[in-house]
Amino acid sequence: MQLNARVPSGPLEKKWDKHRFEMKLVNPANKRKFDIIVVGSGLAGASASATLGELGYNVECFCFQDSARRAHSIAAQGGINASKNYQNDGDSTFRLFYDTIKGGDFRSREANVYRLAEISSNIIDQCVAQGVPFAREYGGLLANRSFGGAQVSRTFYARGQTGQQLLLGAYQALQRQIAAGKVAMYPFTEMLDMIVVDGRARGIVVRNLATGELRSHVGDAVVLATGGYSNIFYLSTNAKGCNVTATWRAHKRGAAFANPCFTQIHPTCIPQSGEYQSKLTLMSESLRNDGRIWVPKQVGDPRKARDIPEAERDYYLERLYPSFGNLTPRDVASRRAKEAVDEGRGVGEAENGVFLDFRDAVTRLGREVVAERYGNLFDMYRQITGESPYEVPMRIYPAPHYTMGGLWVDYNLMSTLPGLFVVGEANFSDHGANRLGASALMQGLADGYFVLPYTIGDYLAGADLSAVDVSHAECRKVEEESEQRLKRLLGVNGSRTVDSLHRELGSMMWDNCGMSRNETSLRETLSRIPELRDEFWKDMRVTGRGRDLNQTLEKAGRVADFLEFAELMCIDALQRDESCGAHFREEHQTDEGEARRNDEQYAYVAAWEFTGVWSEPKLHKENLVFENVELAQRSYK
Amino acid sequence: MKLTLHVWRQQNAGAKGGFETYEARDIGPDMSFLEMLDVVNEGLIKEGKEPIAFEHDCREGICGSCGMVINGNPHGPKKAISSCQLHMRTFADGDKIWIEPWRAKAFPVRKDLVVDRSALDRIIQAGGFISVRTGSAPDANAIPIPKENADSAFDAATCIGCGACVAACPNASAMLFTAAKVAHLGALPQGQPERYERVRNMVAQMDAEGFGYCTNHGACQTACPKEISIDFIAQLNRDMMRAFFTSR
Repeated sequence: MQLNARVPSGPLEKKWDKHRFEMKLVNPANKRKFDIIVVGSGLAGASASATLGELGYNVECFCFQDSARRAHSIAAQGGINASKNYQNDGDSTFRLFYDTIKGGDFRSREANVYRLAEISSNIIDQCVAQGVPFAREYGGLLANRSFGGAQVSRTFYARGQTGQQLLLGAYQALQRQIAAGKVAMYPFTEMLDMIVVDGRARGIVVRNLATGELRSHVGDAVVLATGGYSNIFYLSTNAKGCNVTATWRAHKRGAAFANPCFTQIHPTCIPQSGEYQSKLTLMSESLRNDGRIWVPKQVGDPRKARDIPEAERDYYLERLYPSFGNLTPRDVASRRAKEAVDEGRGVGEAENGVFLDFRDAVTRLGREVVAERYGNLFDMYRQITGESPYEVPMRIYPAPHYTMGGLWVDYNLMSTLPGLFVVGEANFSDHGANRLGASALMQGLADGYFVLPYTIGDYLAGADLSAVDVSHAECRKVEEESEQRLKRLLGVNGSRTVDSLHRELGSMMWDNCGMSRNETSLRETLSRIPELRDEFWKDMRVTGRGRDLNQTLEKAGRVADFLEFAELMCIDALQRDESCGAHFREEHQTDEGEARRNDEQYAYVAAWEFTGVWSEPKLHKENLVFENVELAQRSYK
Repeated sequence: MKLTLHVWRQQNAGAKGGFETYEARDIGPDMSFLEMLDVVNEGLIKEGKEPIAFEHDCREGICGSCGMVINGNPHGPKKAISSCQLHMRTFADGDKIWIEPWRAKAFPVRKDLVVDRSALDRIIQAGGFISVRTGSAPDANAIPIPKENADSAFDAATCIGCGACVAACPNASAMLFTAAKVAHLGALPQGQPERYERVRNMVAQMDAEGFGYCTNHGACQTACPKEISIDFIAQLNRDMMRAFFTSR
């Protein structure tokens, strides 16, 4: 396996322009001769499918939900960044680029991040033209807010439902192409495996979730837009269906997996309330603009929040980071909350949260203003916990939220498996070791609307592909393998439910490969995962039939893949013997408990090659070269 | 808490369905309704029985996947939430709960509580978009949009496409769903060029899918988890009239 990032030469700000000129084009009349398969219909998948359809390619788009509109991008609350500088507050392409590189703790590729910042403005234009109802000022122009500690106001938003509105924009563009006959949509259909012919990605095997039928689909290129793998922790803010299957299957067929241990833990989620809990709910980060985070000074303080006097409260973020206070980046805020709870100062019945208190905000701004800013979030909180944040402080705790790691891609968003492109959260490319708020939506749409449609043309124009149809021997073979695997899942007939095994894996990963990691516990976890995997294949139970709507079977297939992928995550976390961004190795911290990077030895992307489920993966390094920024220690003091 | 559930079970669209009774034990007030069903399903799987099929994904009220009629109400007894946001503290120990799928001709049952809502996608395909090619957009601030219009567009655009409006309607009409999209795009300057063609095509598709007509019951508005107003239906009707008098 060779890693070639294919970063164009020349100055940073000219690279994308130059590359666009140098790429081969597919003649407009020839585009209809190419078939492209897109898996996933979130921001990246829907925008890519719609745009490729508009260009004239034949697209087949797949999603496991019953409609393309339900992909998990829909749940993003806060906003989308763009360096429009509409606020005249000193924003620029270079500043957005720099903030993103620095926020990622210098573990991402300069050229990709710069292109993302460059394209960010076009995304806003495109979305507005589609009718996305962004927030506006009274003069009719677009409103912005600052988000996640950024020092400029560059975030565009649609109340607390930005992801929903952007996704509906892309979904509508996609529906238009479906009506035009350029995209064939396959909802309620899950990808089970990848078909590789002559060393190139040529198709996928899918299962129709309504009937259970297996089928191959082939094309000239395959695009994965299948999101992240936070659900490896069982409890996360991701939708229940989010999974690693598509990317893991592609990895097993030859695509390198990059930085799997970079997982983002979001600081403001509602703490777990019981064993039965099925998912965690995120409370928008914007709450930290006015809420104050604290825990009692005294360990195990039994009093109610309101009975604890000011002098006995520890506003720990304000104490430790006087200049950023409650607005420190996600990784720092999360780690400090964990620390407080680990010390026994956690709040709530289960002592598993910290307070996010709006008492002072209500006093300062009045209840009405607070309601205007956060009313819908407060309602949502009360719905879930039965408590009103106007009366008592919210309880929050960090939860898995986003995965920076993903399939390795070059500058063209192509993986190490030729013909396989990866977009959105599914790839590793732009966020390094930590993602900034309001940047996920930006990246998903940049990849889908403005990057992939160019780069895939360059591949198709020069690929010289042989004709492949679904009767090809390789399709038959992969279909048969998928069939056998489903049979195996149905045949275990043990005593444990898939959920109980998933929960066990999740808590193991959360404790040992979550917010902080160390060598001893990672090694121990690595010995326990194969045991759990064994137990899964010996004692798990799937009821019902294969040729039917069978949600237990769907779940079992996804958990089986998580059980393989978990090892890679731990191996990667073990290998990266430094702390950076969201990856906190307890062995590497400053005296004040901050992450200590090791740029000399670890300024690289770790891209793993699959060698077998029971054998060690092979590490390939893409060294990161920084020509335009100086590597600095992040400080939020 | 201990509850008695009467749940609609149906093998597939062609099969005959019926209610089955289950006991839900050890249910806590902080559990969500879907978590309560998870607990029941875990029990069924352990007994070697098939769990109750129901759709769900984000479990925070935004994806629109979940949807069931609970004690006669789409998404249950509380207003302005979807099924996944309903919590068990709404119920009391010993309660009997009846759980059914959305019932409408245009939503055939796939299995148990899972129905096929692809008809809603086809209504959007008929015209629920603004035709703008990627890359051909002017600067986002080139056209100022009065805040009221933008806010009204947003209110309509919050529809999550769950189908509760259809399930609530005695005519199984998809009028609120269709009107929400027509009103969202119609409130914006970008949506004007296709405004009348859009409404014509979307309503025609709605009819073709077998949804009923709107007779102003207003049940849709009550059931809507996003509290979308039936005022938008009036707007749709106004646009339909104009479309009728406008030659193509």
